[in-house]
Amino acid sequence: MSSHAPAHESASATHHGHSNGHGAGHGSLKGYVIGFLLSVILTAIPFWLVMGGVFDSKLLTAFLVMGVGVVQIVVHMIYFLHMNPRSEGGWTIMALIFTLVLVGIALAGSLWVMHHLNANMMPMSPEMMKNMP
Amino acid sequence: MASTLQAQETDKPEFYLTEDHHPEGSTMLGFWLYLMSDCLIFAVLFATHGVLGRSYAAGPSPADLFDLPLVAVNTAMLLLSSITYGFAMLQMERNAKAETLFWLGVTGVFGAIFLGLELYEFNHLIHEGAGPTRSAFLSSFFTLVGTHGLHVTFGIIWLITLMVQVSMRGLIPENRRRLMCLSMFWHFLDVVWIGVFSFVYLIGVLG
Amino acid sequence: MFGNNTLTEFIFGRLSWQAIPYHEPILVVTFAVVALGGLALLGLITKYRLWGYLWTEWFTSVDHKKIGIMYVVLALVMLLRGFADAIMMRIQQAIAFNGSEGYLNPHHYDQIFSAHGVIMIFFMAMPFVTGLMNYIVPLQIGARDVSFPFLNNFSFWMTTAGAIIIMLSLFVGEFARTGWLAYPPLSGADYSPGVGVDYYIWGLQVAGVGTTLSGINLIATIVKMRAPGMTFMKMPVFTWTSLCTNVLIVATFPILTATLALLTLDRYVGTNFFTNDLGGNPMMYVNLIWIWGHPEVYILILPAFGIFSEVVATFCGKRLFGYASMVYATCVIMILSYIVWLHHFFTMGSGASVNAFFGITTMIISIPTGAKMFNWLFTMYRGRIRYEVPMLWTIGFMVTFVIGGMTGVMLAVPPADFVLHNSLFLIAHFHNVIIGGVVFGLLAGVNYWYPKAFGYRLDPFWGKMSFWFWLIGFYVAFMPLYVLGLMGITRRVSQFEDQSLQIWFVIAAFGAFLIALGIAAFIIQLVVSFLRRDQLRDTTGDPWDGRTLEWSTSSPPPDYNFAFTPVVHDHDSWYDMKRRGYERPLAGFKPIHMPKNTGTGLILAAISVAFAFGMIWYMWWLAALSFVAMLAVAIGHTFNYSRDFHIPAETVTATEDARSQLLAERT
Repeated sequence: MSSHAPAHESASATHHGHSNGHGAGHGSLKGYVIGFLLSVILTAIPFWLVMGGVFDSKLLTAFLVMGVGVVQIVVHMIYFLHMNPRSEGGWTIMALIFTLVLVGIALAGSLWVMHHLNANMMPMSPEMMKNMP
Repeated sequence: MASTLQAQETDKPEFYLTEDHHPEGSTMLGFWLYLMSDCLIFAVLFATHGVLGRSYAAGPSPADLFDLPLVAVNTAMLLLSSITYGFAMLQMERNAKAETLFWLGVTGVFGAIFLGLELYEFNHLIHEGAGPTRSAFLSSFFTLVGTHGLHVTFGIIWLITLMVQVSMRGLIPENRRRLMCLSMFWHFLDVVWIGVFSFVYLIGVLG
Repeated sequence: MFGNNTLTEFIFGRLSWQAIPYHEPILVVTFAVVALGGLALLGLITKYRLWGYLWTEWFTSVDHKKIGIMYVVLALVMLLRGFADAIMMRIQQAIAFNGSEGYLNPHHYDQIFSAHGVIMIFFMAMPFVTGLMNYIVPLQIGARDVSFPFLNNFSFWMTTAGAIIIMLSLFVGEFARTGWLAYPPLSGADYSPGVGVDYYIWGLQVAGVGTTLSGINLIATIVKMRAPGMTFMKMPVFTWTSLCTNVLIVATFPILTATLALLTLDRYVGTNFFTNDLGGNPMMYVNLIWIWGHPEVYILILPAFGIFSEVVATFCGKRLFGYASMVYATCVIMILSYIVWLHHFFTMGSGASVNAFFGITTMIISIPTGAKMFNWLFTMYRGRIRYEVPMLWTIGFMVTFVIGGMTGVMLAVPPADFVLHNSLFLIAHFHNVIIGGVVFGLLAGVNYWYPKAFGYRLDPFWGKMSFWFWLIGFYVAFMPLYVLGLMGITRRVSQFEDQSLQIWFVIAAFGAFLIALGIAAFIIQLVVSFLRRDQLRDTTGDPWDGRTLEWSTSSPPPDYNFAFTPVVHDHDSWYDMKRRGYERPLAGFKPIHMPKNTGTGLILAAISVAFAFGMIWYMWWLAALSFVAMLAVAIGHTFNYSRDFHIPAETVTATEDARSQLLAERT
């Protein structure tokens, strides 16, 4: 049986109509505006922290920058990407969590492993590393 | 136990659907999975930057190079494009074709300004002798930021394609689905950019 | 303005007549054979006017069954190529003693071992696994196709395009001489200035696109398109392992893509990621590539575990023992495979804490694998075992894989690994698990599902011949390598001084010939079965008394797989249906909605080959042109909105009536 006889009518119009509504949840104007305002604030804070030299401690500043960054990512996920535990029967959030775990493993693992390798194979200080040709 | 087994043997349930079975559409899930795989590409680039980001090879460091006000403006462009895309989606919900196209156009313009600023920054760095071949730090910086920029470029090409398709065929279900995919893509790039400006620019400048 | 040289260089990049290896007699003969064979094939296709048939029914098909078959054909062709490399290496190592250089110079030998690894993993095992998943998974879950049929066709052609790029390196230029993972700095621009590594990079990148997309496709299919009633804990085990495999594919192939892209930048742009100077760090490449590389071996073995589970349950006539534990073990392996990657480079110099962590996680991963072994054993225990060919492969696997697993645990002990690292012991270990696990599994799968795909069984006699040659050949070929590895012989060596070693290599070469006979017997099995197809015909659609949904439809299944979507009540759903008196629907058929065929996937893949060729040979105009063409074709494709049609109810009725007639004739 030929699988593409020209006589058959196109079924696209009838078929695709229903495959839509199940997508990611739709936002509202209010949601977008709240998300936007939050992300403006959350962007301004780290820039201010670094450019204004608010804290003397670099470590503290770096820690805060990363922390605020994580919060902002969550804000974007909720208000712009409309992530919620229900969309696609929970599969999007599950895929996201799984990916984040893997990203965490890859990032932390690489840094840990490479730090060890650097420490063991090239005994030198970070200052020397910076200036190494 | 035995009695339930007995019952199972005798009762004969339905083994097939006589009605046409329509599994729900997989496009959104599939596209989300694609985004997750893209996320891992960025994870590798971030990890590389984390490991090599301080190997300056006696060359310039972030504090010497980065122009934070420019980065702040750039970030603002991307944020604005995100909310304007949101407006486009709201108009799409209302089935307002002209307004959807308008907001899509605005989004594209913000995206293009973002790209322009990024290219200006790259050009400036290369002219200062801080090109991608200067040190491992600069290699990973250019690659990470450049990959994000490449994604934005493809996003804009896709946006223009969709604008043509919407104006040709209107907000038919296929086009709506595509607009929703691009929406996810666009906001995803925004999320990646949060990582870039925090981890690469701000923490880089801190040293 | 341009001088003659500049113009030639603009057009051909670095491609010149020197790139054609006509001074290598072995390659010239190979080329002659391939060219003649290819011409004969093309001639036959033309003579029997098959081009139109192939184009409309196969190349442009979006039917998951046909794409699955094409994947397996690709895998078998590449198996022959990869095995030719293997036997050349075994012969070389058996004769290159006592000052003899053997018949392969080091330059050629290094290309062969690199090509063998790349081809066997990426272009034999991967397409084979993907092909079986493509064919079987939609049938097992009661679906009519995968979620994205066009993408499926495109993925297949991208995989094929990668294979073509790798094959081109045989006759135009050279292949990488770096080993199958192309570690820098050896694979960097300084030490590998030629095109070999570029062939490697672009071949893998192009195929990687296909692999990632087919992974996404199959996950979406399994999540979204299961028949009503099939909850996750009622899914067949093969579908479960396919799901986990595809999750691993989607979650790791991007890492490979990104890592190779960084290497590409080092080679093409002059960045300093993995160089030794200007702050680069080659060890980062090793770290990243193994974050992909270790899950990759589970990508290959998990589907094989799934096949064995199906085969054991069917041929023992029993429910799989410990279905739930099998599922959990698969998921645990999926997660754990991410946190063991460092065991591939214990010796690179991380400290004791890192090595201890990764050594322990590696040993832990053998626990769920061991649990699976017991599940299969207990399924067999007091089962009514039928020793058909797939069952033989399964038993061969169980014995062989346990040995490979135990040597793996030995390698997982960091201090032991310092002795065994990169020795022939390692080579023997991973061939032990890949041949004994993956290849045996795939061959079991082919023997098991062949009647489903073609409507007749494979000849059991030649199947048994193939099995015994493979099994014995494997032991003869690789046990000597364990011995040599314990004596300290390292991998990738083309000549030896110590004569006392020669006997081991000769034995290993003999083993490789036995495996060659096994492969030959397999091909004979295919031919003989085709010739005897009328005696071996299966009209029931269920030749093995199977237990899962793929056996409920005809062999080969109709284009639409199931006239009515099945409803599932139990995890051995077809067994359940048979037991409770399922009756095949005979009337009331409705039109069936199906996707249309399209040639876009093939066209895009063909342009990708041109793009890769341009990049490899620095023919920038070709690369730029193909890139633009690719974008244009892809965008053009999205302007086509009529992508589906309905199979009319009369056609469905006719197909189903024909089957009713066949079933009636049998009884």
